[in-house]
Amino acid sequence: MNPRRETGEANLDALDRHIVNRLQDGFPICERPFDAVANELGTDEADLIARVDALLQRGVLSRFGPMYHAERLGGGLTLAAMQVPAEDFDRVAEQVNGFPEVAHNYARDHQLNMWFVLATETPQRLAAVVRAIEQATGYPVFDMPKREEFFVGLKFEV
Amino acid sequence: MSAVIEKESSAAGIDAVDRRIILATQGGLPLVTAPYAQLAEQIGISSEELMSRMQRMLQDGVIRRIGAVPNHYKLGFRGNGMSVWDVSDDSVCEFGERIGALDFVSHCYHRPRHPPRWPYNLFAMVHGRDRDEVMHKVAHIAEMLGTAARAHDVLFSTRILKKTGMRLPSE
Repeated sequence: MNPRRETGEANLDALDRHIVNRLQDGFPICERPFDAVANELGTDEADLIARVDALLQRGVLSRFGPMYHAERLGGGLTLAAMQVPAEDFDRVAEQVNGFPEVAHNYARDHQLNMWFVLATETPQRLAAVVRAIEQATGYPVFDMPKREEFFVGLKFEV
Repeated sequence: MSAVIEKESSAAGIDAVDRRIILATQGGLPLVTAPYAQLAEQIGISSEELMSRMQRMLQDGVIRRIGAVPNHYKLGFRGNGMSVWDVSDDSVCEFGERIGALDFVSHCYHRPRHPPRWPYNLFAMVHGRDRDEVMHKVAHIAEMLGTAARAHDVLFSTRILKKTGMRLPSE
């Protein structure tokens, strides 16, 4: 196994890989959580903090912190798709991304070529945001809220 | 009426202080030796109270987990296919559970169709090193579903346009 190939472009060393794997599980709630995790991983607190900072800066980690459950907060959540002509794609992406309710947005190779997740403070607000996006961009939005979520393990082992 | 009750119970007892905690942490935890103490000071509560509130939100499922979200592209998972399946509505639950149990599937949902444009009602995110590996895994799912899958497709992501996670507007 070639470790560089395994980790693609990111070029992570062994400790970085342990950190990425370990941090996908629960980060502790205590006075010195980095110290607790650093001990598990055989490093020290300052090194762990510096490495997490570097992994975030390099974009290996896109977020680090609590992940909130929109529906349990009483909020609304949906997946939505649009068909946007190539020549208009960047303008529409910028408009869609400008909505704070858009949590992620991906370009996909399909007729429906823009897929984004909307998270709103109330379920009622979802429809208004969908309408606002349709009005701002001039394209219809296909709304696909989940009806059921099936259990999966969550892990990118590196 | 029942929708109102459901909405209230799903709000899981979030008060104004919890809301301040959510606003302060939704962009991420501070990268300092005592992140919870720093947040507590910022919010104006004791660090014990902040930690017990976060613990409670974690137990109630308001916080799904505390940790890192990796960028799978940077980790070498360059193949990221959203596989979508048209199965009968009365078998979607059974197949959803079986697909979700596969180790290369990171999310699996039942979603509404939009016929005729969009006939698919079961979504499974499939990850692999490249597109070939994803297609191979999708073929495995297709084999598992057999004739129960009336149609399927795979949508590859070509660009991340935004990835910030959920944000509450700060009013």
